[in-house]
Amino acid sequence: MSVPAIILTYLAAAAGTLLLGLAAKWFDRKVTARVQYRKGPPWYQPVADVLKLLHKETLVPSTGRGAGFLIAPAIALGATALAAAMLWAPLFAHEGSFLGDLIVVIYLLVIPPLATILGASASGSPHAAVGASREMKLILAYELPFVLALLVGVIHSGWTLQLGKMAADQQGQAGATLYSISGVLAMIVAILAVQAKLGQVPFDLAEAECEIMSGVFVEYSGPPLALIYISRAMLLATLPLLLILVFWGGLKLTLTGVPAFLGKYLLLLTLVTLIRNTNPRLRIDQAVRFFWLGLTPLAVLAAVLALVGRYKGLSWL
Amino acid sequence: MAVKHWALKKSLWVYHVNTGACNNCDIEVLDLLTPRFDIERFGMILVGSPRHADVLAVTGTCTRQAMPRLQELYRQAAKPVVVLAIGSCAGAQGIFTEAYHMGSPVDETIRAVDPNAIIAYVPGCPPKPEAMIAAVVKAWDVIDTL
Repeated sequence: MSVPAIILTYLAAAAGTLLLGLAAKWFDRKVTARVQYRKGPPWYQPVADVLKLLHKETLVPSTGRGAGFLIAPAIALGATALAAAMLWAPLFAHEGSFLGDLIVVIYLLVIPPLATILGASASGSPHAAVGASREMKLILAYELPFVLALLVGVIHSGWTLQLGKMAADQQGQAGATLYSISGVLAMIVAILAVQAKLGQVPFDLAEAECEIMSGVFVEYSGPPLALIYISRAMLLATLPLLLILVFWGGLKLTLTGVPAFLGKYLLLLTLVTLIRNTNPRLRIDQAVRFFWLGLTPLAVLAAVLALVGRYKGLSWL
Repeated sequence: MAVKHWALKKSLWVYHVNTGACNNCDIEVLDLLTPRFDIERFGMILVGSPRHADVLAVTGTCTRQAMPRLQELYRQAAKPVVVLAIGSCAGAQGIFTEAYHMGSPVDETIRAVDPNAIIAYVPGCPPKPEAMIAAVVKAWDVIDTL
């Protein structure tokens, strides 16, 4: 592909993810409402939210650093959009990925929380400072089990770090990584890490409305808040794609493959929403302990099982 | 009707301020979130920060202690913002008008900061949740003229 074509594809993928993200956000709120026996917002709710925020006033706190405060949401949005585009490419065409794009995606997915920490620290608010410190600890907690869980997918597809090849491998003789013991363990770890990446309950301690007043986002208003809203919606749409690519066989462009992909996608979104609706918020020490002492050993076990399965030829392991 | 008016009307985020209420109005405000009324149908949610707010739901008599804090909260909110004075106390200080610890009523307190503030009154002790929804609908008419 020529360079302009690649740029156009990436822009289209980012715009598509934006629409999908707003839809996912609505789905999340609607399911939450149904769980609570409420009716929930209409389908255009996230669109109205974003349009409203874009037309509101931008306030910069007098104790803050304006440049860092305002640029942070843009960095988060850019990183999320790029990660989303890099996940769509191998979904539609297996040769649409390059060697090592899994590593690039992992790096890109760390940038939004880092930008959040930057913006929160630049806002000069004590609530945001508490939120930023929690977000930092949370990144340290969930990154290791998340990468270990993705490693299981890498082992299963024969040590390839190329998302397109991983999907192609799972669509071939080997079958999806998820349909093995190590795959299931890794998927559980990855879903919980995704929950923390999205800042959803039970790992929403960086925001914690009723405790530190939206924490890291406390000083944001108007268009910067709209960028945060959009980037979080896009992250909600993007992370299930990564899970499907690495563990669940990607997208097969056939008559049965497309509905199956949609089903998997909706199932993962529903799962994330239900976890958020059925759990109370953890304290930061509980969250770190949960990830380090609970999920990291589980992810190591999954990786070991996957290695044994790979070299003993036991595909079910 | 411009897009920005439509979006603001369909997505009012509420920040709840208690300026010395007896907690009755606060309970009624929380009733709005229950399945029976569910104001998320109209895109309204409670937010944790005044910076995110489009509606300041003010309950209470506005005591001398609370007065400067209410003004600060109004300054912190991103404009345009609608103030809902909920309950008899917030409307006209109720039975506490003559009391020693009163500041000025909520509307005067807000108007001291911004003479053109949009203020909707919800009388009642406490007002019914339906009355609060009706006040929001009245505020919509004002939003259209912005």
